[in-house]
Amino acid sequence: MLRILVIEDDPEAASYLVKGLTELGHTADQAADGQTGLQMSLDSDYDILIVDRMLPRLDGLSVIQQLRDEGNHTPVLILSALGQVDDRVKGLKAGGDDYLPKPYAFTELQARVEALARRPKSASQVETTYTVGDLTLDRMAHSCRRGETEIPLQPREFRLLEYLMQNAGQVVTRTMLLENVWEYHFDPQTNVIDVHISRLRGKIDKGFATPLLHTIRGAGYTIRDAAH
Amino acid sequence: MTRLTRFTRTTAFKLSLLYVGVFTVMSGFLVVYVAENTDHLMSEQVVQSVDSELKGLADVYVRGGVRDLVETIDRRSRHPDASLYLLTDFAGNALVGNIARLPTVVLEEADGGLRRVRYTRLGQNTEDIERQAMVRTFELRGGFRLLVGRDLGDQLKFSNLLANALRLWLVVIVLMGAITWFFVNSRVMKRIDDISATSRTIMHGDLTGRLSVAGNNDEFDRLAINLNTMLERIELLMQSMKDVTDNIAHDLKTPLTRLQTRIEIALRDAKGEEGYRDALEATLDETDHLLRIFNALLRIARIESMAPGTVMEPTDLNKMVAEIAELYEPLVEDEGGRLETEVPAGLYAECNKDLISQVLVNLTENALKYGRPIEGDLVIRMSARLEDDRVQLSVSDNGAGIPEKDQDRVKERFVRLEESRSEPGTGLGLSLVKAVARLHGGELRFKNETPGLSARIDLKPAEPDGSGSGNGQDGKTGEKRS
Repeated sequence: MLRILVIEDDPEAASYLVKGLTELGHTADQAADGQTGLQMSLDSDYDILIVDRMLPRLDGLSVIQQLRDEGNHTPVLILSALGQVDDRVKGLKAGGDDYLPKPYAFTELQARVEALARRPKSASQVETTYTVGDLTLDRMAHSCRRGETEIPLQPREFRLLEYLMQNAGQVVTRTMLLENVWEYHFDPQTNVIDVHISRLRGKIDKGFATPLLHTIRGAGYTIRDAAH
Repeated sequence: MTRLTRFTRTTAFKLSLLYVGVFTVMSGFLVVYVAENTDHLMSEQVVQSVDSELKGLADVYVRGGVRDLVETIDRRSRHPDASLYLLTDFAGNALVGNIARLPTVVLEEADGGLRRVRYTRLGQNTEDIERQAMVRTFELRGGFRLLVGRDLGDQLKFSNLLANALRLWLVVIVLMGAITWFFVNSRVMKRIDDISATSRTIMHGDLTGRLSVAGNNDEFDRLAINLNTMLERIELLMQSMKDVTDNIAHDLKTPLTRLQTRIEIALRDAKGEEGYRDALEATLDETDHLLRIFNALLRIARIESMAPGTVMEPTDLNKMVAEIAELYEPLVEDEGGRLETEVPAGLYAECNKDLISQVLVNLTENALKYGRPIEGDLVIRMSARLEDDRVQLSVSDNGAGIPEKDQDRVKERFVRLEESRSEPGTGLGLSLVKAVARLHGGELRFKNETPGLSARIDLKPAEPDGSGSGNGQDGKTGEKRS
């Protein structure tokens, strides 16, 4: 369960967000302007902030900047109608951790919020190995094993699996993969990510009794142990 | 506005008026200056000759008495262009001289200095004509008074000449003013009137109108040519705007209508939760498609409104192409094709990495969709090379190509050739490529190869670290900003 603060001035958009997040089992508060939002986020200890860019009284980027100046490092997801690459860059430079352009699919928001929550807080917390079921990824040795079998991976396949395992059990969308694994910020019209996933699946799941890599229809992918 | 005020408000009229005014003042000044100076010079001469003659005659009187004086005066006054003389006795009776009539006051004031008088000359057939002269009277011993003067006829004649010249000059100036007016009005103003008349018809909506070009390459021709180029551009923009509207009407209405129909059918026919779920999922797919179109449109508009030269940096093309190839290779292979790259190491271009990556993606996806050969395997080749001081970046396939007549059309928004309507897509991919190419100061060009199609854009080459061509680049960016 996460404590989430939604700083959004449009009441309908805000209540839709709060309702959706509450249904997922999180606690969500709402602030209708930048000033209130900044105060609330400084006063209480939230796990995630969802910040709209265009806010009355204090705009979203200033809220983030002041928050960071105060030494607060709560992960921030920027939610904005301004979705161009340079807008994203501006948002991330101001101290945002992720950027989701409006309109968005709720599954996409959910996936990103959960990915943010799982993000290691500091370098010392970064794990060197990830394990899901009998699949192990060693970041130091750059190796991957499933059970007793050594699985050879191309560098990009390694990055892809690494990102999926970092977010094990969570849904990861195609856009998130394109942004985080390939660092591209545009929509390809074809299923180019699906092909990479299916190749990866061929390597880590083929010939094993339980599949670990799952497709979530209409959302993206997740890697999880069937036993859980 | 009356006809007269309309006439006086023309630039031609004002110019001519100004011309006449300035020249009148200037020539008036010149004439007055010349007249003053010559008058002064001539008066000086008269004074000198009158004084020296008076002195000579006074000497004659001192040496030879009144008899000699009378004789000398009598002799001198017989010369045709003689001075004026008059000698009177103490009673004021004239003893000798060549003056018939004179204001009496002149003789009474002996040595009253030089003065201008009107007089009538004696012994000529023009006795009745009053003339002007400068005279001086001198009193001799014994009550005799001697008057000597010079006729001013020459001086007056000269003044008349100058006055006549001035009058003639004014006529010439007015005439020239009229000619200027006529020329300016008929040649210059007429062309300006032509231009404003044509622009009025264009303003009324006829964008096909063009200004006439006389062909003598003067300012008006250059103005007309520039305005015509501008009009062509505007016409093109208006046309493409119309195309976009038409295409939005078609390409956005279609999915919107489909959406509406699906919702209506679901509300009417769907059985149970499963039916609604299916309908909603289909609706979501449709809205995704719509959003993708809107995002693409916004992105293109955004790129088109950017100033050329913004957000550019030297980019390693070899690395960029390799990354895109790596992303797309599995997909191409799955489709039974082959992806090849050919970029020399160390080739850098001044570009926006994100936009050019998207260009490569769009062109590659197009090649995947439409570049399949009838026989054999699809081969997509991404290449970059330096050619004529520009970096040529191209994506080619070995498919059927695009017919020459359609090569420009496919770059327009929403244009999709009939054969490709069944494929998924927005019809905006190439519009985006075109916009990015223009932002980078180049063009999107197609070339039909044998076999296949090659789509290429050209970029400005750059030095790897940006320092080698630093100065040149700074200069360029400066120019672009201004």
